[in-house]
Amino acid sequence: MRSILHVATHVFRDSVRDKVLYSIVAFAVILMVSSFLIGQLTAGQDVKIIKDLGLAAMSLFGLFIAIFIGVGLVSREIERRSIYAVLAKPIRRHEFVIGKYLGLVGTLLANLAVMAVAYYVVLEYMRFVMPPGQFKITPPVVDPKLLIGIGMIAAELALVTAVALFWSTFSSSAMLSAALTAGMWVAGQFGADLRNFDQVVKSPVAAGIGRALYYLLPNFAAFDVKSQVVHGVPVAGGYIAVTLLYGAVYAAMLLTASVFIFSRRDFK
Amino acid sequence: MDAIRTEELTKHYSVGFWRPRPYVALDRLDLQVSQGEVFGFLGPNGAGKTTTLKLLMQLIFPSSGRAEILGRPVGDVAVRRRIGYLPENPFFYDNLTAEELLTYFAALFGCPSSARAARVSRMLDEVGIGAERRFQLRKYSKGMLQRVGLAQALLNDPEVVFLDEPMSGLDPIGRREVRDIILRLRDRGTTVFFSSHILGDAETLCSRVAIVAQGKLVASGRVAEMVPFRIRGWDLVVTGLVRDQFDQFVPGGTSVREIADGRYHVVLPETAALDSSLSRITALGGQLVSVNPIRDTLEDFFVARVRQTDVPVGRTLSGSSNEVR
Repeated sequence: MRSILHVATHVFRDSVRDKVLYSIVAFAVILMVSSFLIGQLTAGQDVKIIKDLGLAAMSLFGLFIAIFIGVGLVSREIERRSIYAVLAKPIRRHEFVIGKYLGLVGTLLANLAVMAVAYYVVLEYMRFVMPPGQFKITPPVVDPKLLIGIGMIAAELALVTAVALFWSTFSSSAMLSAALTAGMWVAGQFGADLRNFDQVVKSPVAAGIGRALYYLLPNFAAFDVKSQVVHGVPVAGGYIAVTLLYGAVYAAMLLTASVFIFSRRDFK
Repeated sequence: MDAIRTEELTKHYSVGFWRPRPYVALDRLDLQVSQGEVFGFLGPNGAGKTTTLKLLMQLIFPSSGRAEILGRPVGDVAVRRRIGYLPENPFFYDNLTAEELLTYFAALFGCPSSARAARVSRMLDEVGIGAERRFQLRKYSKGMLQRVGLAQALLNDPEVVFLDEPMSGLDPIGRREVRDIILRLRDRGTTVFFSSHILGDAETLCSRVAIVAQGKLVASGRVAEMVPFRIRGWDLVVTGLVRDQFDQFVPGGTSVREIADGRYHVVLPETAALDSSLSRITALGGQLVSVNPIRDTLEDFFVARVRQTDVPVGRTLSGSSNEVR
């Protein structure tokens, strides 16, 4: 257990110094700030635009971090052979994999927190410059319920990280792992379409494949509650709990598979 | 109890994408290394040295056979607390400093947090990393990374150290320092198992060596037994004579070559009388700059044994005739 913590701390320290990470977070913050300007161009919808853009930026740039740094966790270690010295230490391979995962999730959460602070600063500024008559709009400008959306983004990114880690445990190429993870994320956005594939195709085989893919692929679309929280539509607590549980179980299954593969892998 | 023991340790790989074929990286290796020995594991490139080390570190798994370190199976985590490993051409994390890297590894070794800083500092001092220890590793040269690699291998005061090509990438000063570190380890009673194809280092440092070629063990034993102390001739460097004067005392067919203005390199055969030759040089007004015996070296033995290995390049499992390299 202690080894897992050491690996996780190491990943966090190594990742937060990655220049790519800084670039991604800086870009996300710039986009959030500039959303204020974009909002000025639209009549009456400026708050919703800013809220929408901010959450979308967090989701998208968090995805970049999860994919590009996530696949590098193991693939890059194998490519650069830094893994040799680590695995010769008194650490079990499953501890290494789980530590890597937790370290990156920690990095993601820290970056998401930075983006969330920037997001709320922009919203607070928006409220500050808003004419007094508009203060009582519903939902409020600085809405704590937006944190639900941010929390769901965090859960989604934790699952994306598990996918990235899974691919990188048996592919030696970081680029291939990144492509497979991105592909899975895109496919996971179409969960509802795959489930109802039989309504658009006549072939029972194609419909069956669509249904199988629906159950097999992670349903990332389920984590998307951005439009509800932006428009003040309540998100049921039960839905959130079930979705978080689904994400946790799926991530645990992926981590188990990653550990299984990684523990048997030859590092030539 | 042996420090290292392997029995019929074998590793096959599948090579080729469309038609996978087996490739024998290591073939039934039997080794015993006693505690406190400096053991040289020698062989040409691609002989199976790194494969053996990776099997001992369980970075790869054997196809058959077994290996033990300090009487325990190689995968035993408790054993790994007692060993150190320097991989070939080590590479670490770009964004960490040498101090941070070693602190991380010290934590993995279970070193208490209160003792880590002192341990790390001592190890970096020992391998000659000074103020650079606070630089990120991306700024390190290959030689400096090799030193950091050595430091992490020795961080836990290991009982057995595995060094894969420890001199690789080092300048002459760095190589001298690594040799000194290995000698210090030997004096402390640490077992050192190092792979190399630089035979001079092995001859200087090792009590015993093993030679592998084409994945097979072709020789093992004490260096002194492999290389008999038999003088095959004498290497002289002489000054103060002209070329024709050498004909007065060296046997016909002796190599006499001018290596600089008025300085000659002479290779006297073992049949020549050294004492009378030296006397003649002095009598003719010449000066002896150096005289060295020519004897069989580990390199001679190594080359002879490796050439005797009749396994074709691109060895395959018996029954498979396809070359795979």
